[in-house]
Amino acid sequence: MKEFGYQRVHDVSGAVAVLGADPDARFLGGGTNLVDLMKTGVERPARLVDVRELPLDRIEPTRDGGLSVGATVTNSDLAVHPEVRRRYPALTQAVLAGASGQLRNMATVGGNLLQRTRCGYFADVTKPCNKRVPGSGCPAVEGEHHNHAILGVSEHCVATHPSDMAVALTAFDAVVSYETADGPGELPLADFYLPVGDTPHLETALPAGALITGVTLPPAPVAARSRYRKVRERASYAFAIGSIAAALDVRDGLVREVRLAFGAVASRPWRARTAEGVLTGAPADTVTFAAAADAELAAAKPLPHNAYKVTLMRNLVVAVLTELAEETAR
Amino acid sequence: MAPARSSTHSAITLNINGEKYTLTADHRTTLLDALRERLDLTGTKKGCDQGQCGACTVLLDGRRAVSCLQLAVAAEGREITTIEGMAEGDRLHPVQQAFLDLDGYQCGYCTPGQICSAVAVIEEHAAGWPSAVTDDVHPEAGPPPLTAEEIRERMSGNLCRCGAYVSIVEAVARAAAAETARTTEEAA
Repeated sequence: MKEFGYQRVHDVSGAVAVLGADPDARFLGGGTNLVDLMKTGVERPARLVDVRELPLDRIEPTRDGGLSVGATVTNSDLAVHPEVRRRYPALTQAVLAGASGQLRNMATVGGNLLQRTRCGYFADVTKPCNKRVPGSGCPAVEGEHHNHAILGVSEHCVATHPSDMAVALTAFDAVVSYETADGPGELPLADFYLPVGDTPHLETALPAGALITGVTLPPAPVAARSRYRKVRERASYAFAIGSIAAALDVRDGLVREVRLAFGAVASRPWRARTAEGVLTGAPADTVTFAAAADAELAAAKPLPHNAYKVTLMRNLVVAVLTELAEETAR
Repeated sequence: MAPARSSTHSAITLNINGEKYTLTADHRTTLLDALRERLDLTGTKKGCDQGQCGACTVLLDGRRAVSCLQLAVAAEGREITTIEGMAEGDRLHPVQQAFLDLDGYQCGYCTPGQICSAVAVIEEHAAGWPSAVTDDVHPEAGPPPLTAEEIRERMSGNLCRCGAYVSIVEAVARAAAAETARTTEEAA
């Protein structure tokens, strides 16, 4: 590991001032991803600015009936918060489906959003990777890609975003708040992650040196009946090969409102707006659910070893929406 | 706030098992390496050193964490509990005793991490935390029974290459039941 400076900050303005003055500095939250990547040389910061003690560790109701979540709230505290469990149960389920109890206690909400892909080529500094070294190539396209992206892919990078939490946040239209030396800003999660294109090394729309200060969940009554389901290659403590966050409101047999987001299929959490369009106002039955999934997945560009994900995601959509529809009928 | 241009080392004081330890640490030093290589607290084990096996699990401010991904310098000011801090003198922690009584190990290398994790699992469950296998996460549903399925999910961050999982699950269940009995008795 490269040597680095370390300092703790206790106010947000101090934190962004340090990063504004030193482009080689990085914020340290729980460190569960950053420290790991520093050990392997993927990340080589000159200085760490420890933000864990910033006063951003609260979850509070917003005036309009949503929830405001501070950036240093741990993944565990987010998952077990009574209001999260009551109003956005799929968010609780998504966070609990990720990592292990130990890592969820360490990891922060801000850090979870900014975690890097687990693509094996990205993690291996002896291999080319357009995300790590722009222009060096993408061995995954011809090589190991059984758990890579099928939606929004580019010939330059087929890596997936590994977060479970962000999938549920995307389904619920969460907004990311940040602070820079020039003042605060906001980004809807839908615009937070950049399309891959030919710049896979540019992952988010955050301005340089910005510190995520929190995430706001708008009120979403439909989210009270929501579910996160994750498919992986072992029963626990593994990244998804496909996941879904869904919320459904059915009235008189018709879909009144639906939220649908996919995980582990794209460089970012994938909001399935095409499927939502097919579903809204249509009969809440398996035929419609399958048609909606097919409409969304028509844009999929699978590679030889991850084509199974198209079928997997179709089945997930049908299964989870069917369960939610049955719950609504009860 | 620390000086804007910090060096690559810091003098730090770590609070471990109720005692203060002062050392000068290279910022790259993980809490795991500080415990084992600098402070002679070798009960905490190094397995994968990348947050995937749980052998290095300790408690930070009462919550389980992997010490291999925790920088020592960032642990200053926190209350650290290692396996050496679990027993009270010669009286083993109930979770330690349950692992002994039920053979919750074979080679024993993952055991300190398993025990630290199990201690926290029992507390998390008692606090009403749901898990990924909990059917209904609504707070009104109440805490799920600590079934074998729940224990396996909650302990999934601790790998055992010997495969002693069957006995580990039994040990955690027994220790949790004993803890419930104790708190019920105290309340009565």
